[in-house]
Parts: sequence; structure tokens; C-alpha cells
Amino acid sequence: MTIHEVPQKRLTTPFYPRLTELDRLNNWHSWKGYTSTDALYDPELEYFAIRNSTGVFDLSPMTKYRITGPDSLDYINRLVTRDMNKIKPGRVAYAVWCNDQGQIIDDGTIFHLREGEYRLCSQERHLPWLVSAAIGFDVSIVEETAEVAGLAVQGPTSFSILRTLGLSGIEELKPFGLTHFDFEGSELMVSRTGFTGDLGYELWIEPAKALALWDALFEAGKLYGITAIGTHALEMARIEAGYIAAVTDFLPAELTVRSGRSRSPFELGLDWLVDFKKPTFNGRRALAEEKRRGSNWRLVKLDIDGNKPANHSYIYTKKNGKRIQAGFTTSAMWSPVCKQNIAIGTVNTPYGNVGDTMQVEIYYQREMLWTRVMADAVVVDKPFWDPARRRATPPGNY
Amino acid sequence: MSERFDAILIGAGHNGLVCAGLLAKAGKRVLVLEANDQVGGAAVTRPFADGYSVSSCAHLLYQLQPAVSKDLGLKLDYAAKKMETIALAESGNHIRYSGSEVDGVSDEDKKSYKAFHKRMSGFADLLQKYFNKTPPRLGTKDKKDLFTLAQLGFDVRRMGKTEMRELLRLIGINIFDETEERFSNPALKGAVSLDAVLGTHLGPRSPNTIMTYIYRLCAGHGAVSLPSGGMGSVTQAIAQAARDNGAVIRTGVRVKRVVVDNGRVAGVETEGGETLESWIVVSNAGPKTTVMDLVQTRHFETGFIRRVNNIRAKGNAAKLHLALDGLPSFKGLEKKDYGQRLLIAGDSDYVERAFNPAKYGRCSTEPVMEITFPSVHDKSLAPPGKHVMSAIVQYVPYGLHDGWDESAKEAFKQTAINTLAKYAPDIADKITAAELLTPLDLENEFNLPGGHWHHGELTLDQFLFVRPVGGAAQYAMPLDGLYLCGAGAHPGGGVMGAAGRNAAREILSREK
Repeated sequence: MTIHEVPQKRLTTPFYPRLTELDRLNNWHSWKGYTSTDALYDPELEYFAIRNSTGVFDLSPMTKYRITGPDSLDYINRLVTRDMNKIKPGRVAYAVWCNDQGQIIDDGTIFHLREGEYRLCSQERHLPWLVSAAIGFDVSIVEETAEVAGLAVQGPTSFSILRTLGLSGIEELKPFGLTHFDFEGSELMVSRTGFTGDLGYELWIEPAKALALWDALFEAGKLYGITAIGTHALEMARIEAGYIAAVTDFLPAELTVRSGRSRSPFELGLDWLVDFKKPTFNGRRALAEEKRRGSNWRLVKLDIDGNKPANHSYIYTKKNGKRIQAGFTTSAMWSPVCKQNIAIGTVNTPYGNVGDTMQVEIYYQREMLWTRVMADAVVVDKPFWDPARRRATPPGNY
Repeated sequence: MSERFDAILIGAGHNGLVCAGLLAKAGKRVLVLEANDQVGGAAVTRPFADGYSVSSCAHLLYQLQPAVSKDLGLKLDYAAKKMETIALAESGNHIRYSGSEVDGVSDEDKKSYKAFHKRMSGFADLLQKYFNKTPPRLGTKDKKDLFTLAQLGFDVRRMGKTEMRELLRLIGINIFDETEERFSNPALKGAVSLDAVLGTHLGPRSPNTIMTYIYRLCAGHGAVSLPSGGMGSVTQAIAQAARDNGAVIRTGVRVKRVVVDNGRVAGVETEGGETLESWIVVSNAGPKTTVMDLVQTRHFETGFIRRVNNIRAKGNAAKLHLALDGLPSFKGLEKKDYGQRLLIAGDSDYVERAFNPAKYGRCSTEPVMEITFPSVHDKSLAPPGKHVMSAIVQYVPYGLHDGWDESAKEAFKQTAINTLAKYAPDIADKITAAELLTPLDLENEFNLPGGHWHHGELTLDQFLFVRPVGGAAQYAMPLDGLYLCGAGAHPGGGVMGAAGRNAAREILSREK
């Protein structure tokens, strides 16, 4: 008998050789089948690099699809809830897409690379859905996750680093804009996007040039505190920015079995992404109905008393003088930069209006002893971390 | 300025005409557009050779719903009613059945058949009640839907514990097992099997074939009749009733597309370039054709399109029409027997073997047939002294493995005639003209998707609450103003008229 060996090991990204050189912890996890680092030497210090200088994160495992063809705009407009007519070439849009029940399949970013040529980036894989959505459209959908290497370059000094790298004109790039440069004969796409709520860019290049780009970038960033980071640091920055994460803060509809476990855009506070002026898009009929009848859930950002992170906590509210359970937290942390105990959670409507004070039940262990506190938590509407430098164009010289 | 109507119907098949008639009766301004030059869809009578005419697709009437006849005041003339079925044996020792009586089998089989027929007819009565209603939606809190569901549950329970259990046991299984268990006569098993699988892409051993058997018994418990002037006279009568109620019917006008404006239906555009306005468009075309071709997928949401795209509609039933100098001599048949419904079904293995090649895109080498000589009853169909044979021949796959061309058609025509010759050796000498319509021909001539009589296979996954697809089984499509009224919708085809009637009622209750 012959035994055919099937390679089953995790994939590695084009930047893996550089990451392993810098790695001091050997903390790796799988991100959609790719070896990805939790942290390279210290998650907190990596986090502070994002906030004080520049953190570089390997986002190559991000799922990417190239959407092209004469019908690409119509196709994407039918796919997502927002109006994509407004997203001109050279712009990037954050978007969600729903099933026919108006429940979110995933969120992601859509890059309008050139006229009629798009890239869709998301957490989950979606080819079957994207292909079904293409029935009757003259479009081509290509999975290009492995064909594009990506780096997030995030933090106050990121602009200075890219300028030093020689990307002339980068000062004109506005938030959610993208532009193309030549890098050693290859096309380097730079978008002013990110997952940190701060000044930052994402760099996209063919895998063959990935290491050269890394080296040039770190050379340019030497004097600007450039630091490679892992997922842990990025996760902290993302919660401070008030960004929601698929699977953590909501479950993509295709991963749910029971009804009521998925979420609509309204239930995640993404009303601004739903444009009913479009006559047809996936989920429109159900969302219009939800708009009439009201939603079941509401996403809340909480500013919590004390300093114990409210991970996996129930959220309570008062009704007729009695305390009742209203929901639960999905992301929580002590924010070093805000000096606040923050959380993102989900509550039942009609609770959780901005300004309401709710209670969060926090359990923590101290020398084996479990302790419980009920902490007051105020519902806020702005992101916890939202510095002006994030939007400034041209960005500041830090 | 184009003309405006309250409702435009695409297709003047029997369901389209029933729907148009009832909408017009309720005072709507209705326009029916038919692509062919005559109304009737797949229930038409037309010449196929000099002096010979035939019901060119459907050729017998089983299931026309009494409610349809009543609502439209139809009065039909029949050339023959309650025809007997004769299952032919090569030896000439045929068996015959009509209603719950069967002849030519043992006393035990007679008793078994009677009990079997009674039970199946009981189930058919239950189904028939729901054939004439809009199916309820599942998983909603709508009171009407919940009530209908509860009623269905109650009706099933009311049959009694034994019958309820039997229904639930039988509805999903195959006719082969059931005939094996009940009957000993092979010819009876074969004939019952053929009754179950006629017009489907199923063999006797395929699951779901008890359901299709019950389906045939809905209205009249399987009694077969032949309308005077062929099936075309039925649809002509419905068309007349529609016109009498004020509906306008235009033939020879093919609809190119449904006009959609700002997320709702606004009318239709014809191949001739004419635009006709209406806020309601009702399609008698197949669900897939309607959604994917006439409207276009981009006006619907992806989940719905995915389901519609997966509707199975692959026909296997061909029509064979023979113009004959005189009646052929079938072994063991008397003169009066030619006016009955004749089956070539062998035994249930014969039927299954006929199905086998169809799974792989090839025609049966020994096909099964349902044969009629309508000219025996109806002299208008053939010159004096001459006769017409109309037969449904199975299995002839829509998607033939090597593709359909003249030589493939000719080869199968010969196969069919050779099969007939086993029972009527002189048949070849009597033929003056012959026409074979493959499912592909039926699709082209009658606009039947996949050449399938029902516009979509009649299986439990495409039945009742989920016909044509889940979430859109109430005639209204998920596009404001668009409705289905044809065989692809609940409860299916078979010249019942139920889909057209239910659709009209649904439209009238929704679009006040």
C-alpha cells in the first residue's frame, strides 16, 4: 500500500522569514490557515508602538477577492448595503453584505483600484456566496489571497516613514483613499486605511517583492520607531477605535444555526451603511421590514467604572426599579492610552441608549479567589480613541 | 403613450388563461400576451400531417379542478369519460383497470388494488384541498399562514391514526416497494409504476414516486377523459370564458422582458419593441425563465436567485404522433378497446430499466408508453376511416448525452415504433406520417422549461411550501408586482388550473 502524504501544515505568508527573525516568544496562531503571530516580543510594547510611533502588521492572510468586468459596479451594489456609486476609483469603502434575511454575512473593505476593478477584503471566506451573487452578471471573481501580500503600517510616524521610503505624493492621500506607486518595478498599492483608529496606511504588493518592501520600509523607519507587531497589539488598538470584529462582536450569518444569533446592520449600529435609495440589494426587503418593526439588538460601546476588564460579562439594566439582564460584552480591555475601562457589547432593544448608565457584572480572580463586582457603565457613542491626526491631510510630521 | 393595464399576463397556457379570466371577472383590466399563434400552451390541438390533428402535448384530462370549472362557468364536451386503462402484454393477455376495479388479475390482487386505490384516493382528497389554496409560509407569525398550517395538521390527523401513519410513511418512499408489497401480478405492478412516474425524471425505485402517484389522483381519483376536439378545446373554452369576462388576449406577441422600475414591476416590453404598462405582471412561464430571463437576476436578492437557479426541470417525456391508414391490430384488443388508455409498462423492472439510460442522458431502448387513439372517439381529428395515435413515450432525456439532431430523433422514433410493433405487428404498415416531439421540441414549441410538463420536477423538495422555491411559494415573487401563475408554482401542472386560480385569488387579496 502506498501512503500519499498530504501536506497539512499551516501556510506561511511572504513576510514570514522576517517575522521569525524578530520573534522572541514563539507565540503563533492560525489565521485562516496562515501562520500568524500573537506577539513577537511583548504585546503591550507592540501596542504602544502603534500609539506612539509605528507598528507594522502582516495582514497577508486577509481574504481578498478581485472583482472585475463590465458589471462589477452593479454587482457590488447589489451585494453590499451601501451605495457604491459614490466610491470612485482610488477610494476605499467599508461595507457589510447581508443575506436575503438582512443578516450580516460579513464586513470588509472594498478597494476601487481602477475604473471597474475592485478588491474585496474580509475576515471570512465567501467564494460560494460571491459566485452565487454573480449569476446573471458579467463579472469575474478571483480569489487572490495568496497573490497579494499586505502590511498595515499604523501609527503617528507612519506618514514620515512612507515619505522617507520615497513615496512622493503620499501627503495628498486622504483617509480611505488609495494610490499606486512603483516599487522596484512592481506596483505598490498604498491605501490610507487600517484597523487602529489612528493615522495609518496599508501596503499591498506582489509576494515576490514582499521581503524587499519589508526591508526598505524598516530601513526608512529606523529613526521613527518602526516596530513589527502581532495580533494581540492590533486587537487592543481595534477595541479602542471602536471597530467591530467578525466572530468576536458578531457572528457572520453563515456561521449561525439558531435564529436570532446573527445580526443586521441596524443591530450593529451600521445604519449609515444601509442605503434604501438603491432599489435592489441583498437583504433590502428584510431590512426595510426591520426598519418598520424595529430591531432586536443594539451594539453598545461602554465606559466602565474601575479597572477590571469586563470580558465575557453580562450587562444589566434597571426596569421598573428591578435589575434585569440586558445583554453581554463581546470585547473588553483596560485602555492604556485612554485610561478608561472600555468594552463593546450587545444589548436588547430598547435598552442601551447613548448616555444610559447600565451595570456590568465583572468576575476576576485574585490569588485563586474569584471576586465579583457590579460596575456602572455609561453608553457612549464616539470611538474611545479618535485623534485628530487620524484625519489630517497632509498628515503631521511626527 | 403606451396602453396601461391592471395586470399583464405572460403566456396563455391554461393556468394563464384561468388566472386572466378570474382577474377580469373581478373587474381588472387584463391583457394576456401569448408568444405562439394560438392560446393553450401545452394543451392545444394542432395538425401534424395533412388532415390529421392531435393534442400535441398533454393528451388526456385527469385533473382539471372542479373549482376552476365552477368559477369560470366552464362547460366542456367530452368525447370519452372515465376511460379504462389497459396495460398491454405482448401475449395479448392484458389487464384492465378503471377506478378501483381491476380485471385480468387474481382475486387477491383485485382486493389489494381496491384497498390501495381507496387509500391513495383518500390521500389525494386531502392534497387536493390544499392544491386549491395558497400554501402557507413556514416560520412566519402571519395568522393566515399559521391557520392554514394548523388546518393541514388537523386534516392529516383527522384521517385517523392508521391513515395518518400510512401517509407519513408513504409520502416520501417509492412506488416499487409499495407495489411489490401489495400485488403479485407483474403487469399490474408495471402499470401502477408507470402511472407514478409518467412525466417525471424518476423511476419506480426513486423516492417520492408515491407522492407523484397520489398527485395523479387529485380530482376524479385518476379518472381519465378525452375532451371533444382534443385538449385544445379545453383551453379554447377557458380563453372564451376569460374573454367573456373582459380579458384581452393577444397571440403571436412574445414578451422580451419585464420592465422593472425602481425596484418594482412597471410593465413588459415585447419582442416587437412595444412597451405595455402595468403595475402587475403575472407570468405563466416557468419560474426560472421568468426570474432569470424575463426579469433578470439583478432585480432579486442572491439567496432567492441561488434557489431559483437550482430548480430541477429536466423532461423525459416525448410525444409520438402517428397518422394511420387504419387501426393497427393489437393482439388481444377488441374494436372498442382502442378508445381506451393503453399502456406499455411491462412490469416494474421494465419501467425501471427504461429509466436507467435516462440517468446517463440516453434514451430508453425499450421505452414505456401511454397510448391513445383519440380519433376513435373524435372523428374531427382524422380523415374518414383514418386514425390518429397519440402517445407519451418515456424516457427521452431533455439533455441527450450526444445532443439532439435529426438522426437522433429518427433513431428514437424507430425504437418507439419497434416497441409498438411487439404489441401490434402491423403498425408500421399503417403509418402514413409520424412526428416525434422530444422534450427539447416541447420546450421550443410550448416554452416549457426543460421540456418538463410541470416547469419543475414534482418532488418533495419542490412541492407545496417550497414550490417553486422556499420563501416564494405564494405566487408573489420577491419583486413588487411580479407573480407566477403557472405549473412551476404550487401545485404544479397537469391541466389542473389550480395554480392559475390560486394566483388570481392571491393577487386579488394582495393588490387591493
